Amino acid sequence: MTESVLEVDGLTVEFPTEDGTVRAVRGVGYRLERGEALGIVGESGSGKSVTALAVMGLLPATARVRGSVRFEGEELLGLSDARLSDVRGKGIAMIFQDPMTSLNPVHPVGYQIAETLLRHNPDLKARGARARAVDLLGTVGIPSPERRVDAYPHEMSGGMRQRVVIAIAMANDPDVIIADEPTTALDVTVQAQVLDALETARAETGAALVLITHDLGVVAGHTDRVAVMYAGRMVETGSVEDIFYTPRMPYTLGLLGSLPRLDREEARLTPITGSPPSLLHLPPGCPFAPRCPLRRDACDGAEPPLRPAGGDGHLSACHFSEELVGTGAGEVFEAAGADSAALARFAEAAPVNTPEEDAV
Amino acid sequence: MLAYTVRRILVSVPVLIASTFIVFLVVVNSGDPVANFATSRQPAPSKAAVQAFARHIHADQPVLERYWNWITGVLHGDFGPSVQTNLNIGHDLFTRFRVTVTLVAAAMLIALILSVLFGAFSAIRQYTAADYSITFVGFLFLAMPVFWFAVLLKQAGIWINEKTGSQFLGTIGEKSPYLNVDTPWNEFVDRIGHLALPTITLALVSFASWTRYTRASMLEVLNSDYVRLARAKGLRRGRVITRHALRTALIPLATVTALDVASILGGAVVTETIFQWHGMGEMLVQAASTVDVYRLMAWLLLSAVVVIVFNLLADLLYAVLDPRIRYD
Amino acid sequence: MTDIEAPGAAGTQVPFTDGEFTVGQRSQTQLVLRRFLRHRAAVISLVVFLLIALWAFVGPYFWHYSYRKFTPDNSQSPSWKHPFGTDSSGYDAYAQVMRGTQTSLKIAVMIALGSTLVGAVWGAMAGFYRGVVDAVMMRIADLVLTLPLLAIALVISSRSGGSWYWIALVIAGLTWAYVARVVRSSVLSLREKEFVEAARALGSSDARIIFRHLLPNALGPIIVNATVLVATGILTETALSFLGFGVQPPDTSLGLLVAQAQTAVDTRPWLFYIPGAFIIAIALTVNFIGDGLRDAFDPRQQRVRQ
Repeated sequence: MTESVLEVDGLTVEFPTEDGTVRAVRGVGYRLERGEALGIVGESGSGKSVTALAVMGLLPATARVRGSVRFEGEELLGLSDARLSDVRGKGIAMIFQDPMTSLNPVHPVGYQIAETLLRHNPDLKARGARARAVDLLGTVGIPSPERRVDAYPHEMSGGMRQRVVIAIAMANDPDVIIADEPTTALDVTVQAQVLDALETARAETGAALVLITHDLGVVAGHTDRVAVMYAGRMVETGSVEDIFYTPRMPYTLGLLGSLPRLDREEARLTPITGSPPSLLHLPPGCPFAPRCPLRRDACDGAEPPLRPAGGDGHLSACHFSEELVGTGAGEVFEAAGADSAALARFAEAAPVNTPEEDAV
Repeated sequence: MLAYTVRRILVSVPVLIASTFIVFLVVVNSGDPVANFATSRQPAPSKAAVQAFARHIHADQPVLERYWNWITGVLHGDFGPSVQTNLNIGHDLFTRFRVTVTLVAAAMLIALILSVLFGAFSAIRQYTAADYSITFVGFLFLAMPVFWFAVLLKQAGIWINEKTGSQFLGTIGEKSPYLNVDTPWNEFVDRIGHLALPTITLALVSFASWTRYTRASMLEVLNSDYVRLARAKGLRRGRVITRHALRTALIPLATVTALDVASILGGAVVTETIFQWHGMGEMLVQAASTVDVYRLMAWLLLSAVVVIVFNLLADLLYAVLDPRIRYD
Repeated sequence: MTDIEAPGAAGTQVPFTDGEFTVGQRSQTQLVLRRFLRHRAAVISLVVFLLIALWAFVGPYFWHYSYRKFTPDNSQSPSWKHPFGTDSSGYDAYAQVMRGTQTSLKIAVMIALGSTLVGAVWGAMAGFYRGVVDAVMMRIADLVLTLPLLAIALVISSRSGGSWYWIALVIAGLTWAYVARVVRSSVLSLREKEFVEAARALGSSDARIIFRHLLPNALGPIIVNATVLVATGILTETALSFLGFGVQPPDTSLGLLVAQAQTAVDTRPWLFYIPGAFIIAIALTVNFIGDGLRDAFDPRQQRVRQ
């Protein structure tokens, strides 16, 4: 228990808007052991990124954040920005989604790496920081780092830039790295390289990882545990095996069903119909009920809590999780009409009206 | 960059010729100085005198020829004849230019410094009382006619001088008319005293519009991913704002400032008129009311050159400030 | 720091408002209207502006003094008889300010309309045809933009004889290029949209595409710019009149009234402050209306970089 580097408990985030309060995150909690990798999965607007930004204390001032975020036992919520900035970049580092906009266009990449080194290591001199920046660039796999250290971001490709961002994240040997969809904005061919760089960073620093993504494939290969988020809540958590082999929540089942797999006979993909609920006007019951093929009257009455389901540490938020033992997506969701276009729609989950994307 | 600069200067030559030619047509057709000469003098001048006058100001030549003679003359430092017989336009222009440059430079400098400070502050404190106040004051200044504000300031200056029993704030002219200023220091103080109110007047509008611009630009940058990453790196607030936000937000301001030079020159005309400066403003008003073609052309040529130079400077500055821009 | 769009608000935004799609047009208009009405300063400004305009144009019919008739009272401070006082020759300042506001407003609106009309068509053509046409048209516009507005206006209007439409024409002749630039850049992006392709595939003529498809869709920036031009117009006209190159007596404008009163700020301050306050009120309200419209047409834009 004392091994936890990061504990999030009962975290809620609300954004007041002219049309009412957007409840972006509603009681999220997780515990990250030292060196562990946790994957957080969900559609756009499910509250994944907002949760991460709340942990970092980087949400806009209008956001109302409650609950608890403890790093190495110290409560971060309510800490002054100055105190928090000592933790940011040193204790917890973050990698953002779009490498094309994450780096400041007017400073060389070496400068941007050195900056975080100098900030957290008061004894370091400019020359030492530069040498370390060159090392870091080499570590994340950038060729001829001595030359690239003076390059500007626009002189690099997206994959290169994301590696620079990873170098920045690992610069101060952090205990936790939060990666918010680190490969979503990249070409498929580059994604694997960037994930490798991320693995290297983790191996070098021994940091725990929170990997936020909507790509279940990435989660399977790079994390130990998975949390599935829907409409601002966690709806299922467990080990990778729990989630992939014995899912206990129809939404997780649906996500798996829409994943193309080579090891299964079913030729068709099963899409989840409908779209996520508005976080402005949530129905009283289970937020997934309107899209759920197993919906019953009980579902509209009360929102199911996260309860133990099956194996150790496997939790799910479904009134009928017991009934899902041993079922597959094809049995729960109707496969009819499923096609790759539907999958593409899900995968890209149009960012248009998602409060999450707007908020950050 | 040198090659680019040279190319830009070469390109601006035809632009300058086209623009001065259009302006020349407009100016020549804006009134009839010969008729003015014939009718406004007492006793009425003889026909021969009128013809001599027309010949003197080249009013007897066809327009194209007139333009050609003028532009080639300018290249030799001859700005053409004025309707005022003894006036050397070139000399007059440069004396006045010196006066106006002081005013315009002081006003731009002050407007720039203040607008960056207020604009950035306003953006950082978005949606606070301070932000709303700065925004409202900005709107108010943008809506305030320069001449009205200038008269008001002039009154305020006179009042302050009376109350303090000093003559520090000059309200007439760019310097005291009688040179009772003996030492260079006293002369400097006298100049500054005369500069103060007109500078405030002229800086007002630019201050307001640049503050709004800085605020908008700063807001965009403050919401950018790289500022968020800078904060995620643990950089302190002050450093994030100066090194990351301001540094990038101010780049487009360079262009805006340069493009506003023309309208600031226009504002200087009004300001100089009210504070009775002997600068380019007075020259323009005098020349326009007497239809002094070559004097007007000298004025407009100089302002066109200033605008072109500032545009070029803005583009070069942009390249210096923004590594993404390369000219070659 | 950030405003959060209500889910659905941005999503329901209809991307184009072509006349042939009346349903889309109405919802877009309603959306813009709703957002405008939420901008409190803009709504108040609109009301104040309309009241000033109404007062300036209708007021003279109900007022017992004319702006060009002497009254026996001279140099009187404001009273019930003369709400804005009188000047040294006995003109009633209330009637004069009414007339001045009317003239200044007429000129400002004329400037906005004239330069918007010319500039919009000019910019749309340049953006639509691109290539050589675009290059030539935009170079001309750039040329106009380098001319110092006040100086040229001053030169040309010196022979205007003070007629209001001539002054408006002169200023509009120098400001249309701003509109042309804005419209061109919108049209450049609009012409790549599917509905323009569709119109072209259906065999619509160039003129039809420009006037029925491109210009209506660039309406947002055009309207916002027009309001800015009203403010620019009134400030330029009053400055010209102040310098003695604009509206000439016996007619009057707000700028002329301030000019005539500048030597009497101490003795008859009402003559100076009241017309000045009217200029500020008009320019201020117009700017706020423009700001509200900008937010309404494009809520998340921060048009900083071109």
